[in-house]
Amino acid sequence: MTNNSLGHVYNDGEVILKQGSVGDCFYVIQKGMVEIVDETGDKETVVAKLGETDFFGEMGIFEKDVRSCTVRAKGEATILTMDKRSLYKSIQKDPSLAFRLLEKMSNRLRETTKQMGAK
Amino acid sequence: MDNNNPIEVTKDKSLIIENGSKIAVIGGGPSGSFFAYFALDFAERMGIEIQIDIYEAKNFHVAGPAGCNHCGGIVSESLVQALSAEGIVLPSNVIRRGIKSYTMHMEQGTTVIETPLREQRIASMFRGFGPLGADDVDSVSFDNYLLQLCEKKGVSLIYEKVIDLERTEVGIDVQTKTNSVSYDLVIGSVGLNPRSFSFFKKITPAFIPPETTKTYICEFKLGHELINQYFGNSMHVFLLNLKNIKFGALIPKGHYVTLVLLGNQIDKEIVDSFLNSDAVKKCFPKEIDIREISPCQCFPSINVKNARYAFSDRVVLIGDSASSKLYKNGIGAAYITAKAAAKAAIFNGVSESDFQKYYQPACTRLNRDNSIGKLIFMVTTIIQKSAVLKRGIFSMVVKEQQKETDKRRMSSVLWDTFTGSAPYTDILMRVLHPATLISLITNTIKGIFNLNNSKNDK
Ligand SMILES: Cc1cc2nc3c(=O)[nH]c(=O)nc-3n(C[C@H](O)[C@H](O)[C@H](O)COP(=O)(O)OP(=O)(O)OC[C@H]3O[C@@H](n4cnc5c(N)ncnc54)[C@H](O)[C@@H]3O)c2cc1C
Repeated sequence: MTNNSLGHVYNDGEVILKQGSVGDCFYVIQKGMVEIVDETGDKETVVAKLGETDFFGEMGIFEKDVRSCTVRAKGEATILTMDKRSLYKSIQKDPSLAFRLLEKMSNRLRETTKQMGAK
Repeated sequence: MDNNNPIEVTKDKSLIIENGSKIAVIGGGPSGSFFAYFALDFAERMGIEIQIDIYEAKNFHVAGPAGCNHCGGIVSESLVQALSAEGIVLPSNVIRRGIKSYTMHMEQGTTVIETPLREQRIASMFRGFGPLGADDVDSVSFDNYLLQLCEKKGVSLIYEKVIDLERTEVGIDVQTKTNSVSYDLVIGSVGLNPRSFSFFKKITPAFIPPETTKTYICEFKLGHELINQYFGNSMHVFLLNLKNIKFGALIPKGHYVTLVLLGNQIDKEIVDSFLNSDAVKKCFPKEIDIREISPCQCFPSINVKNARYAFSDRVVLIGDSASSKLYKNGIGAAYITAKAAAKAAIFNGVSESDFQKYYQPACTRLNRDNSIGKLIFMVTTIIQKSAVLKRGIFSMVVKEQQKETDKRRMSSVLWDTFTGSAPYTDILMRVLHPATLISLITNTIKGIFNLNNSKNDK
């Protein structure tokens, strides 16, 4: 871990979230990149790549289901974990904190719809 | 006229932010930058085009007091998380060290409290370029980083001191040595600057500035190697029985260690008593006289009582100038009040009654929490003086830190008290939890018996 960064450092290829696992944390990329991988069936499909300031794992916060994809570091990545309770408490105190979450989730929905249309 | 919306009908149109509105932010510390950033963000979301100018008297590129907003430089865990959720991730050239644990020193011993998730979750940084003589050109000051974020969003930065404010029929005139410009809204993010308070009082006559006390900050230039060896990624906090000191901390950052002393009117004599204590001396290499490696020291003021009536039509004061968090996480409080003021101004309006209704509640919550904070610090002072209680707490924390899965009740209480991450009310509720109290009483009684036994053994 470097001295001047926050969160936890994951090495290239290291799994941060495993598809099918349960979890109630949400993650923000402080440095580096991660890839979101769909491991359904025998093959792996990289569905998205995320970089600095992006977040992932938000479904674990809003739904009770298992993780829908695997997330792993692409190169070295520093990730900050945010737990469900403190995020909900913060949003309860300041609902505008959810603006960016909604914006990003809406972007993702648009991307997924586009990808489905292309198929 | 839209008769279905009576609130909109009765609103004075000149007291709302609309396309072309101009906002002046006086003071480019954290509260000023947070206000500008969020006001512009909310305006963009609402489809309103506004202009924001930040006036800042200091130059954050200069080392030493001239470019520094004197502070311990800790960005708390809760603020790191909130900013991350907002998409503001502190870059590594701003973070001088990621803090992973707190090392607590008492006369009874030393113990380490780890972060709840064993991650580096707190940042240490310099508000300015660094202490006198600092030459680390690759690093960026925290305040400068926030100002740059604002500039990228479209805010204009005006590096000039505001010397007066004047209320006119159509707005507020902001005067510098070279210019006078009229604005629809003026934000007072002037920290604890008495001169600036005087001209805010002129346009907001009911405003009563916050009350303050004197604190102490100095830096020791130890170098990376010794800092890694003696401090690592741990902030050292001291609960010692020393007159007037409520809290002392040594914070590693870059080549330096920052000393912060909070309490009642800290002066040179109190500082000496702290530096001469064994617990503090033990933290540094024996062969080094720390007074010889201290390029910078200051006695800045800190809020001990919130301001009152910190708004009027077209004017609102935020951050330290309004309400802060007692002794801790002032930057986190600046974020809260700045964002509350931005929400009120953009979504509601800029009249006195808008600020009363939509901004004041955020300040009131901080002020109420500070009343509990005062109680907690009163109890802490009693604990500081009581060897028996300190022994109980010490042994409780040591045991909690040894167990992997156990609920770390006292550790989490101390963690949040030291870091300022949780509201004081939450901390008090956890202290009053029967399990915490029973464990504290048990550990204290055991401590007394152990002490008596060891005395008898002698
Ligand atoms: C000893 C000490 C240690 C602290 N440690 C911490 C800590 O570790 N973590 C933490 O979160 N908080 C800490 N704080 C509190 C923190 O420093 C403040 O709460 C925070 O700086 C408030 O931000 P602000 O923007 O309201 O005011 P300030 O940071 O004071 O900024 C005010 C700005 O306004 C400018 N200004 C004033 N008047 C004018 C004018 N007329 N024209 C133009 N510009 C003007 C000033 O130059 C300054 O840049 C500490 C405070 C003290 C005293």
